Amino acid sequence: MIRQLGLILRRDIAVLLLGRQSGAALPILFFLAVAMLFPFAVGPSASVLAQAGGGVIWVAALLAAILPLDRLIEPDIELGFFDQWRLRGLAEEWIVAMRILAHWLSFAPALMLATLPASVLLGLSSANLRIVEVGLLAGTPGLAALGVMIAAITAGLRGGAALAGLLVIPLAVPLLIFGAGSLANGGGSGLALTGAVSLVLLAIAPFAGGAAVRAGKG
Amino acid sequence: MQATRHPCRLKADDLACRRGDRVLFAGLSLTLEPGSACHILGANGIGKSSLIRILAGLALPWVGRVERQGTVGLIDDRLGLDPQLPLGRALHFWARIDDQDASAAAERLGLSDLLDVPVRYLSTGQRKRAALARLIGQQAPIWLLDEPLNGLDSAAAALTMTLATEHLTSGGICIVASHQAFALTGLATLDLADFAA
Repeated sequence: MIRQLGLILRRDIAVLLLGRQSGAALPILFFLAVAMLFPFAVGPSASVLAQAGGGVIWVAALLAAILPLDRLIEPDIELGFFDQWRLRGLAEEWIVAMRILAHWLSFAPALMLATLPASVLLGLSSANLRIVEVGLLAGTPGLAALGVMIAAITAGLRGGAALAGLLVIPLAVPLLIFGAGSLANGGGSGLALTGAVSLVLLAIAPFAGGAAVRAGKG
Repeated sequence: MQATRHPCRLKADDLACRRGDRVLFAGLSLTLEPGSACHILGANGIGKSSLIRILAGLALPWVGRVERQGTVGLIDDRLGLDPQLPLGRALHFWARIDDQDASAAAERLGLSDLLDVPVRYLSTGQRKRAALARLIGQQAPIWLLDEPLNGLDSAAAALTMTLATEHLTSGGICIVASHQAFALTGLATLDLADFAA
């Protein structure tokens, strides 16, 4: 089964990075676009930008993570992949766990790289950049878990994509509070709590997502 | 072409299926031993596909239970192949999951020339043949075929029946839900209209 899960993980990464519609580039471009627009909107004052910049990066990261939600789970249900995996005795929980890992790999590293140019656009100090990067490393696994879980729950619903976005946002608020909040007190406890929220979401998501996929098959 | 298998068996007891407020069928029992086949007949919407999914264990019956011994291979209108991938790579994914060689099955179904073509460009019949190649590679003793002949030309339909016959002679079980005639020796028929509630 480990071998099969490895194959599924490889396919998931390939599909999420390259396949189906836009691939992984669009959310990253969206993220950079938000970082670029913000200085235009609030003006070039360096102090304002530096103060708000970390929070803007977090909000942009959250929105970028929402973009690919509709292609995380639903296409594979429609195509019959989940049926075929089930027939081979592969539990949905494992499949969803692999999907979370693949989703994280397809957006988080690129997002953390894109944070470098975004931090320049927003005039972040290097100390704050470090906190944002560590915060994203701690928070994005939680965002990935949340995204896949909600995608599984809304798969097959009419208007599922819009609903998924609406459902993710309130549940992502703890990540945002601790992640962006860690900038105010120079890292430390904020980052630890971001990691803790991520771990909780990672622990719940495979079971909630797996149960949702199974229930949706009917 | 298949190796000797573990014993397989499929037994359904007093199944009933409900869709929304409507009971589609009730009191349906069937038992299939190795080498036996069953053709499920019935008009559109009578619950053939639902019955197949219940027998596969992908859906729960409203009442009753299903006992399966042996793995299940399923063909329905969901292909299970990535549309953007070339057919060869899409089949290769399942071949590796099932730890089998994909090329023999692809050749048997006349897909050798199509392996470089992305799945989304395949015609209905070619897709169906691709699904059959996946099914053969899986080497599952229990075959559940939901409308396997849809979109197939007469040669491919004949090949499908030949494959099913070989599957039965090697000790497999085959259930076909189709409104088309399916020529298999010793094929029992089950008309869902008899169980309609």
